[in-house]
Amino acid sequence: MRTVSLGAGAGYAGDRIEPAIELAERGTIDYLVFECLAERTIALAQQAKLRDPEGGYDPLLEARMRAVLAPCRRRGIRIVTNMGAANPVAAAQRTRALARELGLTGLRIAAVTGDDLLDAVRAGDFTLEESGAPVTSLGNRIVSANAYLGAAPIVAALAEGADVVITGRVGDPALFLAPLIHAFGWPMDDWERLGRGTLAGHLLECAGQITGGYFADPGCKDVPGLARLGFPIGIVAEDGTVEITKVAGSGGHVSLATCKEQMLYEVHDPARYLQPDVVGDFSEVEMEQVGPDRVRATGATGSAATGLLKVSVGYVDSYIGEGQISYAGPGALARGRLALEVVRERLALTAVATSELRCDLIGVDALHGEALSRGPEPYEVRLRVAGRTETLAEAVRIGNEVETLYTNGPAGGGGAWKSAREVVAVQSVLVPAALARPRVQFVEA
Amino acid sequence: MKLRALAHTRTGDKGNTSNIALIAYDRADYDHLAAHVTPERVREHFRGIVTGEVIRYALPKIGALNFVMTGALGGGVTRSLALDAHGKGLGSALLDLDVPDRTPSDFAQTGHSSA
Repeated sequence: MRTVSLGAGAGYAGDRIEPAIELAERGTIDYLVFECLAERTIALAQQAKLRDPEGGYDPLLEARMRAVLAPCRRRGIRIVTNMGAANPVAAAQRTRALARELGLTGLRIAAVTGDDLLDAVRAGDFTLEESGAPVTSLGNRIVSANAYLGAAPIVAALAEGADVVITGRVGDPALFLAPLIHAFGWPMDDWERLGRGTLAGHLLECAGQITGGYFADPGCKDVPGLARLGFPIGIVAEDGTVEITKVAGSGGHVSLATCKEQMLYEVHDPARYLQPDVVGDFSEVEMEQVGPDRVRATGATGSAATGLLKVSVGYVDSYIGEGQISYAGPGALARGRLALEVVRERLALTAVATSELRCDLIGVDALHGEALSRGPEPYEVRLRVAGRTETLAEAVRIGNEVETLYTNGPAGGGGAWKSAREVVAVQSVLVPAALARPRVQFVEA
Repeated sequence: MKLRALAHTRTGDKGNTSNIALIAYDRADYDHLAAHVTPERVREHFRGIVTGEVIRYALPKIGALNFVMTGALGGGVTRSLALDAHGKGLGSALLDLDVPDRTPSDFAQTGHSSA
């Protein structure tokens, strides 16, 4: 049976680049896919674009393209990525300039746009899924609204001969599903195969998370060569069956355990994995280790797409001020607790208005609170105070009240650190799919 | 025994919802997990952290249970004040749960020993 091989070159915006180079130079792959857009990334990119109309795409676009364009061209590997973020056209132009610099004449680069629905969402009567409030309640605090597009515009770009396809927001698995639809000619209503292709995409989209990353637990789950963790390759057959493997000799491993963990990563109802093109059903999936570092997944299916697109709405939510300081040696815990009380009292005395304040002792109870935290008293603790404010100026005062513990707090506080930042948060709305009009534009090196 | 002896976990985040996939090392232990790691026990384990409901989805073919916990991420990953805003460490915390020992009769029934 015919197969198509997809390599995953990144699982998030800041991901390592060496494994992508390894795939481009030595991986037996037809496509190299970079997934680089987390929930909030595109809202931050939109803010960057407002500051610089030529910006707003992935900050590592240039480094990644510089590393893989030439080997991909030489080996006939096509690239698909959402590194366009808030500005796929500028990202495509930058990639063209880079291709010319590298002497890759004739390289065809497609930009997929149409995910930006800010005007339509502002004008419409939509309800935020998380809070239940109307979008209009966010007023002028909205900075972005981007729909998760489906595979269709990427398929169109590949059909027109794109060597590189750069998108903004699309469903993460769609980045992988699109090359499969293009290569196999799967009909857009073949729900079973779209469901299987979606499973392949979901398994691959977090890159190293299926080859032993986010997995090692020494003594329970050991991973060989974690420092050289390689990224995955999905070998997909025409019927949608997928086998996950990696470049021979790279670090990490592909096992039933790594594949099962990734299959359920960020999945809620496994029978209803909502995507723009299909509702994936992973509930009956079976996995089999078919060779060293090679796992086959069968039994995925799907049903008709909902006709709705999820739109991430980015907005300025609040400000967060934070400060940290450490205590060590005998009595460290008591000094840390005293310091927390002092900061609380000073914030009240100086009337710093916080809508939410969190006081943690790192090393004691910072992650899971008192109910779960237990154990002997630690040698050192790190105090952390974080508060939500309406203004940046007030956020700054929180870190300052931690820093003043140097000379105004318990004995021996060291390593103070502070920050204050604007919080761009994300909520979502569902819109009719027809509201988005995806478009493909080409540039050529 | 601790859950960690029988199973491994991975935690995912979407908005203010966390999901923990709990996967048996040996599929023969799946029924034991399903019997003793109920949504109610998980909710009790995470009291003070999970403010919403806990829904459990069963995936017997891969020996896994998927726990979806709403109101678990301090108001949402993108606005939480928490040090671990994604709740990445919640799955590790779940493995500290006590479950009854697997007894020899359990093994006789399934014909497996646990991995």
